[in-house]
Amino acid sequence: MNKSFCSFFLLLVFVFFAPAQEMRTAYVGAKIIPIIGSPIENGFLLVHKGKIIQVGNADGINFTADTRIVDLKGKVIMPGLVDSHSHIGEVAGADGSGPIQPEIRTLDSINPRASSIQRAQAGGITTVNIMPGSGHLDSGQTLYIKLHDNANTIEDLLIYDKDGKYMGGIKFANGTNSIRSSGGKFPGTRAKSAALVREQFIKAQEYRDKVKKAGNDKGKMPTRDLAMETLVEVLEGKRVVHHHTHRHDDIMTVLRLKKEFGFRLVLQHVSEAWKVADEIAAAKVPASIIMIDSPGGKLETTDIKWENGSALEKAGALVGFHTDDYITDSRLFLRSAGFGVRSGMSRDKALYGMTMANAVMLDLQDRIGSLEKGKDADFIVLSGDPLSIYTNVEQTFVDGKKVFDRSDAKDYLIAVGGYGAGNDRLVHISCFDGDLGGNE
Amino acid sequence: MKNLNLKIEKLAFLFIALFTIYYSPSAIYGQVAVKGETVYTMNGEAIKNGVILTNNGKITAVGSAASIAIPQGYKIIEAKVVTPGLIDAHSVIGLAGYLNQPHDQMQVENSSPIQPELRAIDAYNPEEKLIEWVRSLGVTTIHTGHAPAALVSGQMMIAKTIGKTVEDAVLIPTSMIAVTLGNDAIVSGGGSPGTRAKQASMLRAVLIKAQESVRKTEDAKKDKKTKTTSTNSDSDSADKRDNSPNVSNPNSMLKNPPTPAFQDESENKMTTSPSNDLRNAEMEKVIRREIPLLITAHKAIDIMTALRIAKEFNIRIALDGVSEAHLVMDEIIRSGFPVIVHPTMYRAGGDTESLSMETASKLMKAGIPVALQSGYETYVPKTRVVLFEAGQTVAYGLNLSEALSTITINAAKVLGLEKRIGSIEVGKDADFALYDGDPFEYVTHCVGTIINGKVVSEIVR
Repeated sequence: MNKSFCSFFLLLVFVFFAPAQEMRTAYVGAKIIPIIGSPIENGFLLVHKGKIIQVGNADGINFTADTRIVDLKGKVIMPGLVDSHSHIGEVAGADGSGPIQPEIRTLDSINPRASSIQRAQAGGITTVNIMPGSGHLDSGQTLYIKLHDNANTIEDLLIYDKDGKYMGGIKFANGTNSIRSSGGKFPGTRAKSAALVREQFIKAQEYRDKVKKAGNDKGKMPTRDLAMETLVEVLEGKRVVHHHTHRHDDIMTVLRLKKEFGFRLVLQHVSEAWKVADEIAAAKVPASIIMIDSPGGKLETTDIKWENGSALEKAGALVGFHTDDYITDSRLFLRSAGFGVRSGMSRDKALYGMTMANAVMLDLQDRIGSLEKGKDADFIVLSGDPLSIYTNVEQTFVDGKKVFDRSDAKDYLIAVGGYGAGNDRLVHISCFDGDLGGNE
Repeated sequence: MKNLNLKIEKLAFLFIALFTIYYSPSAIYGQVAVKGETVYTMNGEAIKNGVILTNNGKITAVGSAASIAIPQGYKIIEAKVVTPGLIDAHSVIGLAGYLNQPHDQMQVENSSPIQPELRAIDAYNPEEKLIEWVRSLGVTTIHTGHAPAALVSGQMMIAKTIGKTVEDAVLIPTSMIAVTLGNDAIVSGGGSPGTRAKQASMLRAVLIKAQESVRKTEDAKKDKKTKTTSTNSDSDSADKRDNSPNVSNPNSMLKNPPTPAFQDESENKMTTSPSNDLRNAEMEKVIRREIPLLITAHKAIDIMTALRIAKEFNIRIALDGVSEAHLVMDEIIRSGFPVIVHPTMYRAGGDTESLSMETASKLMKAGIPVALQSGYETYVPKTRVVLFEAGQTVAYGLNLSEALSTITINAAKVLGLEKRIGSIEVGKDADFALYDGDPFEYVTHCVGTIINGKVVSEIVR
């Protein structure tokens, strides 16, 4: 009932506002931090059909009559933030039946109406790598999503590659989280952890070879094995390994496995990165780090440092930040860059680490992460400098569509909290309470 | 204030190098002059180019550089910005350690839901890394102790973030008794308290028991005095009742201005119950208004239970957490009790589901001088830092001075230590935090911490 009503309403909107949908929108007057290229004072961002048409200085520019002008003088515009490691959407991965479950898809477990997704929008996050947990050596496949508004199903949030396949990586972990003293199928030591993972990759290599050998001969094909199919994707570089790891020796173990099996890798957390920053850089492996208010809380993070960012930058490694939401709050993701600069990172690399670096880690560098012609119109409007504690995220846009507006009472509730802020979004009647005026 | 902030920001980088310490052998408790381009005294307007003189750990002069000449022989310490040493009004660090292993988690004992006899001083590790951590960010005093994780989890204490022993560190050995209402103190698996109503009834039961023994003690005293034909017995006990310290100032939580460690034990002895029941003896102190309850209550129903019980027993309490304060604002204001608000960036979930980053600013705007806290964390991060929790309130409604007050003078008032710490005034402890710019900005550094006139941290963090 609701759905058909909404569809009808949307049809009306389409009919009456069709010309408006075609209009270009120019966001004018803000300081624009494009990430690729220098910051632009009095800039403009021209958006059409969800894409960036042009970015530049607005001095003396005359826009065509069919361009809608949005004045953002005094504000700051930067790309939508990319979170390379988050647990929003009530995600759950593998169960207790075994330590390595590559066949598990987080796709099948995410609640697209979860309030945590709205909170991420309020924090200026537009793209997220949703990960299952770290209690397994491999807890399943991760999912890259765009935080569109009013998603009805998870399919509304997916990102598709050029072959039309939805995108995601795979989660691996080492260290104490995936070690279980109760034993059973789970590892009891670090060496056992590595051995179990190697065993599976060797099996996957054999599976891959069998498939290759079979060619088009269906009779010679091995029995379909979901886990092996996924690990073959990993071996073939189609699926990036996002590897939870904290201690310096565990980091080195991951690099060793990468060398042996040749998979593509992003190091996640990397709490002791400052101890092996040169080794990480030499391996040309990107690192996604987290900024925590104090060290400790578990043995593997007692040596975590805010200086991880600057150590990796100095070593020449690609470094990005993540929330690990619920460990840190998606609404406060921008703090990460602040702590990075506080501890010696350059301003440019810290902001790059909030956006472009993470886009690279998710193979999305051609579509998001910077404000450049042809890229998706994912951007945020800030009240001031992105590194200041006093700055608020005022608006968030995904594919040119406004998904968060701090001046809207409901969005404000999500941004600051209060009674009802934790409720999951009520659909579907809300499909038309978005800001039509702000839409492309 | 906004302009000021901007200026501070712009100049921050220029002055990172300005913080210099000229060592002198007489450093400890000696004569020290602290110079700051901006000195937030928390007692009136900030002073531009301020100078603070300290001697023997106390502040002896505060004013502008033009008005104060630094005497010869003073060690001079300079920083861009100087604030009072920060005060964390509610923490668990020292009992809770950063390793998060059973051997360093002493903040809650689960053999019984009501254990007011558990002293924080017997569990406090002054060499805990988290204490060093918050000290390096400007925190000089913490209100720490048993966690909000059992109905009556134990005692709280107030300590400076220094010392090799708890005796070196402590200001008030038993400052409050930690009480928790709501989900975090509900026992699962058939134990008690298993519901909110049971929590209230169990708390009331121990208070009633203490009330009766206090009455018996007083009656016995009266009898004794009558027998010995004392003429002023009535006025004596009346004095005792009137001795409640918070009549004039509801924020003054403690009976006496603080004395050096443990000296107020003589005072405790004076009022100790004849009862050998340790548990009851502590609750008697609550009934006699000598020690307040620190009641952690997040949901509005729990806040109201706290107020109801405080009224029933005429006891002193500090309201803590109060995620749903916005729902019962008038009731909180009318109660006059001090409030220690949840960390601004606390996680919303369970009882804290409705918390707001505006709780502190809403209460402040309603006229309640709130204090902020780092709270209780069970995982990562193992502790929050009040500096950042307060800074975040500025993005949600407070100005810089108001935000700073929540972790300085307001916190001192809530802890009853406003005569000793919390602002930069003559006669107060020489506790300062030094920054190379706006203290709240992420890109600023804490460049030094001074406690009792002594530099205790020189880490640039």
